[in-house]
Amino acid sequence: MNTPLLKVEDIHKRYGNEEVLRGVSFEVNRGETKVFIGPSGTGKSTLLRCVNQLTPPDKGQVFLEGTEVTHHKSDINRLRASIGFVFQDFNLFAHLTAMQNVSIGPSKVTRMHKEQAQARALAELERVGLGDKANAYPAQLSGGQQQRVSIARALAMDPKLILFDEPTSALDPELIGEVLEVMIELAREGMTMLCVTHEMGFARSVANEIIFMEHGVIVEQGPPQQMFTNPQHQRTGEFLRKISELYGETEK
Amino acid sequence: MSFLFKWEWLPKMASGLVVTVEVTATCIAIGIVLGVLLALGRVYGRRPISLPCSLFIQFFRGTPLLVQLFIIYYGLPNWGIRLPAFVSGILALGLNTAAYQAEYFRGAIQSVKKGQMLAARSLGMSLTQSIRFVILPQALRLVIPAWSNELILMLKSSSIIYLVTIYDIMGVSQKIAARHFNYFDVYVVAALFYLALVLIVSLLLRLLEHRVQIPGLGVHADRR
Amino acid sequence: MLLKAALLNVELLLSLLAVGFVVGTIVAVLQVYGGRVLGVLAFVFEWVFRSIPPLVLLFLVYFGPERFGLSISRFLSATIALGLCSSGYQSQIFRGAIQSISSGQMMAARALGMSRTCAIASVILPQALRLSIPGWSNEFSGVMKDTTLAYVVGYNELLRSARAIMDRHYDAAMLSFLTVAIIFLVLTYTGNRALGWLEERTRIPGLQVAGWSEEGHS
Repeated sequence: MNTPLLKVEDIHKRYGNEEVLRGVSFEVNRGETKVFIGPSGTGKSTLLRCVNQLTPPDKGQVFLEGTEVTHHKSDINRLRASIGFVFQDFNLFAHLTAMQNVSIGPSKVTRMHKEQAQARALAELERVGLGDKANAYPAQLSGGQQQRVSIARALAMDPKLILFDEPTSALDPELIGEVLEVMIELAREGMTMLCVTHEMGFARSVANEIIFMEHGVIVEQGPPQQMFTNPQHQRTGEFLRKISELYGETEK
Repeated sequence: MSFLFKWEWLPKMASGLVVTVEVTATCIAIGIVLGVLLALGRVYGRRPISLPCSLFIQFFRGTPLLVQLFIIYYGLPNWGIRLPAFVSGILALGLNTAAYQAEYFRGAIQSVKKGQMLAARSLGMSLTQSIRFVILPQALRLVIPAWSNELILMLKSSSIIYLVTIYDIMGVSQKIAARHFNYFDVYVVAALFYLALVLIVSLLLRLLEHRVQIPGLGVHADRR
Repeated sequence: MLLKAALLNVELLLSLLAVGFVVGTIVAVLQVYGGRVLGVLAFVFEWVFRSIPPLVLLFLVYFGPERFGLSISRFLSATIALGLCSSGYQSQIFRGAIQSISSGQMMAARALGMSRTCAIASVILPQALRLSIPGWSNEFSGVMKDTTLAYVVGYNELLRSARAIMDRHYDAAMLSFLTVAIIFLVLTYTGNRALGWLEERTRIPGLQVAGWSEEGHS
């Protein structure tokens, strides 16, 4: 366990005149869950997208188990297949049923046999509690259900780590719980996770480390205990207090 | 005032109908294949690909079909290319409809939500795979109303092919009319044939749209 | 010589558009406000003239009067035939625009005491016509190209002139037809620019159809 699973070095990203990421570096070891928090627009989502190159960074490097993701010669498709990504807007394939959404990755990308892929898909759907919705189309599912299918879709690829980009921000309050439950269970089972979220209850209960970002840089990072009770920077404390007030805490 | 159309002419008219359908079907097929390729070229291709596609589309949409037909049928021989009448007609119609269909497909492709491509790529699908398994299945459903329009238009436009001596409905009508000096009535029947065709095709298209419909993959787009 | 013939196309274009406009507006209004019988008749009218190939209609209008003992000029028959075809499409465009205007507009007009006709003429149509401009531009381009169809009834427009050149100088065929093509490209471009200008001039802030793409305008 000497090489970290994910190593991100000095990421810079500029949109027009605005430099959204100004040199962000961090590491993630296998089995860890790291949560990114910070005011909106500080580039947290962009950072996640830089990890799997959906948004290529202007400068900086990303290493997955030692292999450089950002290298121009890298087999980006194969690398993406081992990094799961859960979007804020779910982005389920609108023309496919839940089962097909989950099985298309394994069958087309990792080239599993059709029946195998379908069996796997069903298993993952049951893992997130939606085995009975296999034949439903995304439009027929609630937001929370869609997001859970999207998590199943990521899981079916056997990823080395999963990136969660504000997974509950687009959900109605009463649907947030079912998604967080799935995520907490995943973390407990040892999945390596990077989450951008405002859900402090989640962060407190499963995160190994909370990383606070503002203005495109990491201000402070540390275990939840420390961040909440004894932050080094004033800004960190301010932000955490405000967030906890706004979003309350889900007791688990 | 009696109707001068003789019933014995009907079978001949019917054979013209078959030719019309054949011609339309062939051209539409060319149009779909070429149209999708052109649209993909415009949306996903880099300059060396997207520019020629654009120019092709602009030319064939900006000039009259009849002129295109004449260029191919009468003009190409000047350059040493002599195509048989049938091929010239099909080519002109096919290229023309491809340009229009390309624009409809482009609109449909671009109206597929952006997140779909992101999700496909994030699973590790290549660009080709993403287009094939995620974008096109949705775009092809979204394009059906606009495309239906184009099919009906093609059905009507196919009538120009009589000018290159193809015996579709118009070709047969003209032959009968000229031989029996009976223009008006023959064309009335021709008109009825076309109206019937359009009606049937429209109903079939409605059926198609209904069959491939997926809940949530809606066409809220404007029907032009 | 080709350019002079092009003018004939433009002449035909303008007259047939006028026919199509007048008939189209009436048919559209009848479909929306005409009540059961008139509405259905108008609907059938629109459908027929959208489904019949322009070529067939051209022949019908050209040869029809002879049948009944009258004669008709090539220009007039082309104008009427193509005008009717266009009216089918224009009616569809106007109908869409009229229906997209909220019913509150009509209610307000009637509340002021206007008769139905007055309300349609002074409140609904002015808005509907502005909203129709994008769709109408499409129709304009389409019709401009359809003027070449008048070739088949011998109207001496651009294509026929080019054909005449070809008949005399066989190896100038490609050249003359390509020239025709270029003339049309120029005409289409100019026409579209003119319509864009018209749209700008008649624009009223806030009057827009949801769903029309307005990128680059506001």
